[in-house]
Parts: sequence; structure tokens; C-alpha cells
Amino acid sequence: MMYGYVWDTTTPLTFAISILPILGIGLMVTLKAAAVGFAIALVLGLVLALMRRSRIKAISWSVACFTEFVRDTPLLVQLFFLYYVLPDFGIVLPAFMTGALALGLQYSAYTSEVYRGGIDAVQRGQWEAATALNMSKLLTYRDVVIPQMIPRIVPALGNYLVSMLKETPVLSVVTVLDMLGLANMIGERTFDYLVPLSMVGLIFLPMTLICSAIIHTVEKALPKSGIPLR
Amino acid sequence: MTWTQYLAPLLKGAQVTVTISLASIAIGAILAFAAGIARISSNRILSGIAFAYVALFRGTPLLVQLFWFYYALPLIGISFDPVTTGIVTLALLTGAFGAEVVRGALVAVPLAQHEAARALNFSRTYTLWHISMPQAIIEMMPPFGNLAVQNLKDTALVSLISIADLTFQAQSLRNITLDSATIYTMTLLGYFIIALFLMFVLRFVEMKLRRGPAFPRSAHS
Amino acid sequence: MTSIIRFQNVTKRFGALTVLDDFNFDVRPGEKVTLIGPSGSGKSTVLRILMTLEPFQEGHLELAGISYHEPNGRGAFKASEKHLHKIRCNVGMVFQSFNLFPHMTVLRNIVEAPVAVLKMKRAEVESRAIDLLRMVGLLDKKDHYPSQLSGGQQQRVAIARALAMRPRVLLFDEPTSALDPQLVGEVLGVIRALASEHDLTMLLVTHEMRFAREVSDRVCFFDKGRIVEQGDPDRFFGNPEQPRTREFLSSILND
Repeated sequence: MMYGYVWDTTTPLTFAISILPILGIGLMVTLKAAAVGFAIALVLGLVLALMRRSRIKAISWSVACFTEFVRDTPLLVQLFFLYYVLPDFGIVLPAFMTGALALGLQYSAYTSEVYRGGIDAVQRGQWEAATALNMSKLLTYRDVVIPQMIPRIVPALGNYLVSMLKETPVLSVVTVLDMLGLANMIGERTFDYLVPLSMVGLIFLPMTLICSAIIHTVEKALPKSGIPLR
Repeated sequence: MTWTQYLAPLLKGAQVTVTISLASIAIGAILAFAAGIARISSNRILSGIAFAYVALFRGTPLLVQLFWFYYALPLIGISFDPVTTGIVTLALLTGAFGAEVVRGALVAVPLAQHEAARALNFSRTYTLWHISMPQAIIEMMPPFGNLAVQNLKDTALVSLISIADLTFQAQSLRNITLDSATIYTMTLLGYFIIALFLMFVLRFVEMKLRRGPAFPRSAHS
Repeated sequence: MTSIIRFQNVTKRFGALTVLDDFNFDVRPGEKVTLIGPSGSGKSTVLRILMTLEPFQEGHLELAGISYHEPNGRGAFKASEKHLHKIRCNVGMVFQSFNLFPHMTVLRNIVEAPVAVLKMKRAEVESRAIDLLRMVGLLDKKDHYPSQLSGGQQQRVAIARALAMRPRVLLFDEPTSALDPQLVGEVLGVIRALASEHDLTMLLVTHEMRFAREVSDRVCFFDKGRIVEQGDPDRFFGNPEQPRTREFLSSILND
């Protein structure tokens, strides 16, 4: 029994159905972790991308090294690092927040590249035209650069969101009770891993396929010429 | 214990990490070509099987796949040792992502090349291997490089099925010494160095391939 | 005399668009025929159907005595790869955009198909390839890659490549349209030399009217999927009968 739901191990089918509500609770944790993690990645990635464009060499260079480092090392080890090292510095976060932070940190390295590519894709002539029209830097970004970036970056960011969703199960390693964490617990108690683990896979599959299909549709629907913010 | 004493166990773990990564990349590459070519085959059954394989492994989390092969599969009488399980699972995942790369690069070969091959009466198989593939393989190299690094990062998860890889050794050391900051910093650096090496090797292969025949596309890019 | 190419009531559609409309066309062995007309009139489609790059929906087509319909095949307009292979043994094509293989040297581009498809001995094919390269004036480029050649040179290699398969019918699909004006001459020179070969049947789609008049035995003017007017080049260019032909010729000659 878990969260007040009793499982029925008579047949694999009854077992699968009876643990569905429990996995549903885990699914909410999974989705929440992906949402919080992605929000962090979106903001942190933007900060990194802007710092990367800094005129001060020391800043742009160290940001470049940092993103490369984060991108090329495993999420699991980064997670362990945050989980065990942060408390040494007096920062004690709940496991869920540590996990979301690790996801956000890893994916900020990816999103910063997406932003950077988006900014670089706006042609030089556009910047020059904005200067010629005497537009301020803020105005140039708001009215010229960002509207043209959107069709490029939205699909790329969406694909990273799906990737992140698929990496959330790693959080179960640091005691977060997401779908996989709960499935493992059910497996331990019933000595049947086949059904709960298969169920997790079967829930993920349509979720990621549908998300990818949505991103594909959005990508096609976005006008290549850009979207005005106002 | 000082950081120098951590080196020996971590290096031993790194060796396991590299072995698992290289083995699963090699098998994954074969799977990628097989499934990628099958995906564009005119044989519906073949392309259907490849589609299902790619969708299944791309659409589910690696950790779930890994636990499924490690904990669930033995329950229906199929079991391997942890290392084999780790290599097979990683190879299947890398192969599924690689299949999309192979398919994409083959589809991107200009239609004009296929028409020229047809006009010279080449068979379809001959066209695939001697006309399309040599042109497509160069376009596959950069995404393959990303997949190789992704594979290396993913190997960290095999520590969770009791394989003594770099991450596993780091965990054991931490449990003994509680010196988290040093151990995990060293571990992250270890992965970073292996990743840089992997990227260097793939870049080298790509340059070799590009230098061979003079490619118009490489001349412009 | 029997025709080497015979279109009988061929209709070809792309969706709702009819590209060839109940089309009839005969070519004698060794004949040099130029197809002219506005873009979208169906002249390139004739070549692409002959090369088996496009299927057609109605009618009958024969090349060197072989029907495009496979006897006992899978439905009338779906020949097997094996049957198409047999058809393609008699026909070669030179494309507008050359379509050389970028990963092979010039020599390899020419040698590859005779060795792989016709199973000829490599040494034998190579010596013939060298003769062909000499003919198109590019022997010194045999070890170059296509990207190292000018457009005109690439097209001359493409002609040598097609000839190496010893086709009875050679199709030219706007062979000079993708070239810079100063490179057109060298390619036309090679085609002109080929036109003097008695046995080779040539179908040429081009916008080079003066050249067409010079090399062809017959000129066919296409409009809306049909041949509106055809005839001996001197008669055709000197005294076109149809108003549509006159209109087209004056528009193209006044360029």
C-alpha cells in the first residue's frame, strides 16, 4: 500500500491498473521537476548567453568554459555534487529543489547556445538598419532582434524540454519520489519490477511523442519572418 | 586521505567508463546504420520495425530502460551481467538517436544525385552504398560527435546498476571520506577530459573524411 | 524504317496538371531532334520519362523495341526495377546541373558505371574513358574532383560519363542553361562533334536556337503538352507556320 492505494497483484493487468493512481502522483512530481528545471534553464541560459556576448574577454571566456564544462559532464554527477557539496557550504535544499536545480543548470548550458544561435542568426544588416533608424539597444532587441529570434529558438527550446522531461527520473537517485522512484519502491515491496517499470516507460512514451508532435506543429506554424512582440 | 589518494580508484573507474562508452558507441553505430537505412527502405515491414525501435528508445528515459533491462527482464527469465546490460542498453539508445542522424543525412543527399545514378543504371543498393553514403557520412559526423559525448555522459547511470565506473568509484569514496567537494570536482574533471578526447578523435576523423575527396559542400562551409 | 523511340497517346499528369496530353512522337535511329518551347510545355518531361525518372499514366511507349510496360508486370504502369534496368541499357542522359558525383574523381565518375553496371574490365573501361576525356578536351583533369572544375568542364565530363555507357539514345536536358555565357561554347562544341556520329540518336532540349538549327535534323516546338509544329530546321526557323511558334521565336530571338 502506498498513498492509501492498495495494489492487486492477482494478474499483471490488475497490478498495472491498481498502481496507476500511485504512478499518477509520481507523474505530477516528474512534471513539476521538469517545469521548475526548465524555468531555471530558460533564465540562467539567457544570463549566460548575454554574459557570453560581453565585451570583457575574461567574462565571455569564462562563461564559454563554464557552459562547455557543464554540457560535457554527466547530470548524475552534477546532481551528486549539488546534493552533497551545497550542504557543506550551509545551503540545505530539499532533494526536489536540488534535483530541479541540477536539471536547470545542465540545460542552461544548452539553452544559452540556443539563445546565442538565435541572436547570431539575425542578420548584420538588421542591426545596422536599427542603428540607422537611431533605435536604442533596448528597442533594437524588443522590436527587431527578439521577434526574429522566436521562430528559430522556440522549436529548439521545446526539444530540450522534451529531453529534460526524459532525464527527470535521475532525480529518484537522490530520494525524490517521482514516477521512477515510486515504481522502484513498488518493485522492492512486491518483488515485481516488470509491471511498474514497464508502466513508467509506457507513460513516458506517449508523453514524449505527443510533445514532439506539438513542437513540430508549432515549428511549422511559426512564420519564418518573425513575430512582433506588440 | 588527500586528493592524490583518490586518483587510483577514480582512474580505475574511468577505465570502466571508457570501456563501456566505446563498446556501446561501436555497437550503437552499427545499430544506427542498420535502423537508419531500414527507416528509408521501401519494405514496409523493415521500415516499420525500425520506426518502432527508434520511437521506443528515443521516447523513454534511459534510466527506466536501464532498470527495466536490469530488474524487470530477469523476471521473465532473461538476465545478463551488469556490464553487458549497461553496454546493451546504452548501445540501443545511441543506435536509436544515431538512426535519425543516418536517415536525415541520407535523405539530404540531393535528388539530382539519385537521378544521375538512375540514368547510369546503378542498382538501388549500389546507389545507396557508393553514391549516397559517401556523401552523407560526412554530414553525419558533427551530430555523431554530439551523440558520442551524450553517450559518455549517459554512462554515469550504469553506476546505479552496480557497475564500478567513474561515478560509482566517486560515490564509494565519498561514503568513506565524506570529502564531497574534492571527489566530485575530480570526477567532473575526469568526465570533461574524456569528453574532450572523444570530441578530438571525432573531429580528426571528420577532417580525414573531408580532406579525401574535394567536397563542394565543404568548400563553401 | 522502324522508330527507335515511339510515344503513342502518352498522357502524363502531375496531380491535376496535365504535362503531356495524348502525346505522339516518333524518332528514327540516328536522328538528331531538338525540342524547344516555353518552360512547362512538357519538353523536359519527355526526356525524363524516357530516362525512367518519371512514370506516365496513359498510352504506350517504346524505346529500341522495348516497351515501358512490362509484359506480365505488376499493373500497366508499374514496371519492376529489373525491367527498367533493361530499358535504361539503351539510353543515357546529360543533365542541366551536370550531376557529377562530388566524391569521385573525373576518371572515376566515368569508369564507375561501366564497371559496376556493365561488369566490364576496369582496365578496358579506363582506356576508353581516357579516349573520351581526350575527345572532350579534359584529359589533363582526369584526377581532379568535380568541385575543382568550371561548369563547362563539369558538363563535358558528364557527357563523357554518359557516353561511356554506350547508349543508343542520348538525352540532353538543357545542357547549357546552368552555365555562364562564356562557357556555353565549349559544351556546344562537344555536342556538335557528337552530332556527326551517324549511329547515335540524340534528343536535345535547349534554348540555343542557332545551335539547334545547325545540328538537328528536326525541330519540335512544344506548347501545353503537345507538339504544335515540327520540321526541318531551315524550314522551321525560316518560315514557321503556326502563329504560336512565330510568337515564341520572336520573343526568344529578341532577348
